[in-house]
Amino acid sequence: MSSTGQGVVVTGMGATTPLGGDVATTWDGLLAGRGAASKIEEDWVDTFELPVKIASQLAVEPSEILKRVEARRLDRSEQTAIIAAREAWQHADLGDYPNAEDGSPKVDALRLAVIVGTGIGGALTLLGQDDILEQQGLRKVAVLTIPMLMPNGPAAHVGLEFGAAAGVHAPVSACASGAEAIAWGWRMLMANEVDVVVAGGTEACIHPITLAGFSQARTMALRNDEPERASRPFDTGRNGFVLGEGAGMVVLEREEFAQARGATVHGRLAGIGTSADAYHITAPDPEGTGQSRAIAAALRTAGLEPSDIGHVNCHATATSVGDVAETVAVKKSIGDHPVLTAPKGSLGHLLGAAGAVEAISTILSVREGLIPPTANLEELDPDVTLDVVAGEARKQSLDAAISDSFGFGGHNVCLAITPA
Amino acid sequence: MATNEEILPDLASIVEEVAGVDAAEVTAEKSFVDDLDIDSLSMVEIAVQAEDKFGVKIPDDELAKLTTVQDAVNYISSHS
Repeated sequence: MSSTGQGVVVTGMGATTPLGGDVATTWDGLLAGRGAASKIEEDWVDTFELPVKIASQLAVEPSEILKRVEARRLDRSEQTAIIAAREAWQHADLGDYPNAEDGSPKVDALRLAVIVGTGIGGALTLLGQDDILEQQGLRKVAVLTIPMLMPNGPAAHVGLEFGAAAGVHAPVSACASGAEAIAWGWRMLMANEVDVVVAGGTEACIHPITLAGFSQARTMALRNDEPERASRPFDTGRNGFVLGEGAGMVVLEREEFAQARGATVHGRLAGIGTSADAYHITAPDPEGTGQSRAIAAALRTAGLEPSDIGHVNCHATATSVGDVAETVAVKKSIGDHPVLTAPKGSLGHLLGAAGAVEAISTILSVREGLIPPTANLEELDPDVTLDVVAGEARKQSLDAAISDSFGFGGHNVCLAITPA
Repeated sequence: MATNEEILPDLASIVEEVAGVDAAEVTAEKSFVDDLDIDSLSMVEIAVQAEDKFGVKIPDDELAKLTTVQDAVNYISSHS
């Protein structure tokens, strides 16, 4: 794992999540094992008699951060993307934007790409504007409806923000989208197509139709009277996930480029692995075959051995089948030794943002030697025979860790993180 | 019929609401595109709001001719 100058490094991180409006408060919430879900204070919960009355809602409203005109021109999923991307850019100390007319940008716009995934896209705009069309007519439909609802909207807005001219991409792979964006960034950097990539995921779709749809699929946690305890990955009492919203972004750089500009490096994206289950549209393969292939590919591209991996930041959404299948995949591809955590106990499920926010958690675990506990894990499912951190954060020096992300459709994306 | 003096402040506040340009900047001689940096989509939003506010119709081909704030004020004044 010696540095050859040819790898991909992480120089910036940004997030807005149900635990906090930035990376620092989100990380504090994860370390404390705090459950962020709360009751949804909207009339429609009762109007539609939804079985789910809770969600992991943003800790800081985007409209409190953005300028008023910015906020009204952006879908909520675009607002969160912009907020997280600005934090990551600032954290990376990249200075003036490449398209800034004054100052001296630290990256050439032609060597900068933006890759932002989302699972659902601008669902709140789509549904809200459809209501307006039906109730108030054509004239009241927002002029910006289409750029606000298109799933590449968040990527496009972040790209415009920084003037990224080398490419703007928007992978869509359900709950793996955020991780897939980061994996895509790794590929572009390793191919020397660009020097810097802003990559991540975003989601904001807490709406009666998403809650109704996921409920009809029998995937949601129903502990409405105790929202903060509802998301229970790996626990015997788990009964589904809690829908969340938020965004996570990282700044990735070619190591050589980061070294040349003297950037602070927070960790290395040593390798990535992707695969498809080719099994079922929503259910994970219980044998974990596709997932284990993705983990193995991440090890291979990173040049790591299974014995190097001390920790897996799990996808575990708290569904009965998915959590166990993931541990089967971990055992197959790595072994019995990695220490696991499942951040969705705290965060809920941020869908297209999950993989990016959880990648940040993994990067911080490797940097700090600290694995957050799995919130609400009180009685470990006996079918889970691996060491899962519960109760309080665990100190453990890590040579390498894996961040897992899987999505409806059988998408598997695994990221291999090593220290700076 | 509204006078030009009555129309300008209301139009300026619509421009501020839609495009984020300070209402004080929206003066008669300014060009929407060249001076106030308002794009074509924002002009459509401004027109829709102005139609509601002043009770006028601004067809797309007329909207395209409204280069300056004064052009818009004159149009609204003579059509409301």
